[in-house]
Amino acid sequence: MLCDVCKCNDATVFLTQILDGKMQKVNLCEACSKEKGVQDPTGFALADLLLGIGAAEEIEKGAATTRCPVCGFTQADFKKTGRLGCSTCYAAFAEGLGSLLKAMHKGTEHVGKLPARAQRTLALNDRMKSLTENLRKAVESENYETAASLRDEIKQLETELTNPA
Amino acid sequence: MKFQSVITSTGEWLRGEGPHHQIVVSSRVRLARNLRNRAFPGWAKKAERLAILDLIKPRVEELPEMQDSFSEVLQDLSAVEKQVLVERHLISREHAAKSIGSAVVMNRKQRQAFKLVDKVDSALESRLDIAYDAKLGYLTACPTNVGTGMRASAMLHLPGLVLSELINQVIQAVNKIGLAVRGLYGEGTEAMGNLFQISNQTTLGEKEDEIIARLSKVIETIIEKEHDARQVLIQKKPNTLWDQIGRAYGVLTYAHAMTSKEALNLLSIVKLGIDLGTFPEDKRLPIDELFIETQPAHLQKGTQQKLNAEERDHLRAEIIRERLKTFPKPDMSKVAREPTSGNSEPAKHE
Repeated sequence: MLCDVCKCNDATVFLTQILDGKMQKVNLCEACSKEKGVQDPTGFALADLLLGIGAAEEIEKGAATTRCPVCGFTQADFKKTGRLGCSTCYAAFAEGLGSLLKAMHKGTEHVGKLPARAQRTLALNDRMKSLTENLRKAVESENYETAASLRDEIKQLETELTNPA
Repeated sequence: MKFQSVITSTGEWLRGEGPHHQIVVSSRVRLARNLRNRAFPGWAKKAERLAILDLIKPRVEELPEMQDSFSEVLQDLSAVEKQVLVERHLISREHAAKSIGSAVVMNRKQRQAFKLVDKVDSALESRLDIAYDAKLGYLTACPTNVGTGMRASAMLHLPGLVLSELINQVIQAVNKIGLAVRGLYGEGTEAMGNLFQISNQTTLGEKEDEIIARLSKVIETIIEKEHDARQVLIQKKPNTLWDQIGRAYGVLTYAHAMTSKEALNLLSIVKLGIDLGTFPEDKRLPIDELFIETQPAHLQKGTQQKLNAEERDHLRAEIIRERLKTFPKPDMSKVAREPTSGNSEPAKHE
């Protein structure tokens, strides 16, 4: 049996983890088990290792040549480390990551804490929506005076949205 | 407060407080945060890691919440000092190994862990450009942390469930509902000292307080099971229980060489003895302190000289013998046979 990581040496270390009722197995050779820290249990996380192997397969569904425009991270790097290179990698590898995250987590969208900055953007976006709607109504009813002032407000809001405080 | 004072004080580690302090040894919450458009720690080159550290460190240090804290650049610490931090669960083994361009910040007292860390996080947001995505939440190097970036965990002391061989059932049940159970020093480790860490496995698709509530509920159930297991042992297998406590006491009192694993396992049984009343309550602190003081790096740090494994085993046994000199013999007649004191009212832990 070949090692799941390097795929060239014979596997001598066999790991099994049961998670959420699903059994996951990893077979490693001596060298890879050392490199991944399996023999140093204090720093080792089987989930991370499994992630590295399973994740790489998932992400391969995306284009193999994809490279993160910000940090230069590639699929091969993800396969090797099970980690991503920078925040933009999430967008660069979005296609493959989607199903991976779905399998890994309770949901696919964040519902927890919002940073203050994101809250502000959210509020501005909401306001933009209602202003645009009001503008549409004003134009429809040929109320051009209101429409003009709404358009000014929208312009102001647009600059606020593009220049985060 | 400097590093030395952390080492000389026994710290909060393993000194439980709160309503379930006999079983819940400690609890922690961590939030993973990264900077937007900068390489994540594992991928960043040395120069970038150092630059990011220079950017972040002063902004963390200036926070009012951090006034009671201090920070150390890991590079400046010796291998033993870093290992001491690992043994105190202040940094992970991985963190200690890749230490260039990272620092550790320590706060003296961390009650209500989530409230504090959440406050610090909000304050840092206004000072740093944190990587956040409207759909995926906080972006992290490892996709297992994306979303809330939160890992909440509690360290539980469960000798009753181990002695009555129910622990595997509990671990399997906990795993099934998406929580992780780990040994003392993380995944893969056998549970030394009957200490188990329970933490959330998923971080995306659930609110922070929902995750904590789910975890707390499971922990409450485990605490109940542990109390039940102890009562069953007292009532159905008293001889086995007294034999274990007597042996642990005997070996700790008279042994001249002891590995850290054996020490943790025996100290755990004596700790159980204190919970049950076979040793007086005022012996709790000296035992809790031994849990941490007999760890390899703590021993090494205490003597200021390099010791090999054999020398450490002798020194460890000596420290334990010395501490147990004033210990009375176990008194099985003082054991409470009804639900133990901590179980009378369901209380919340943080």
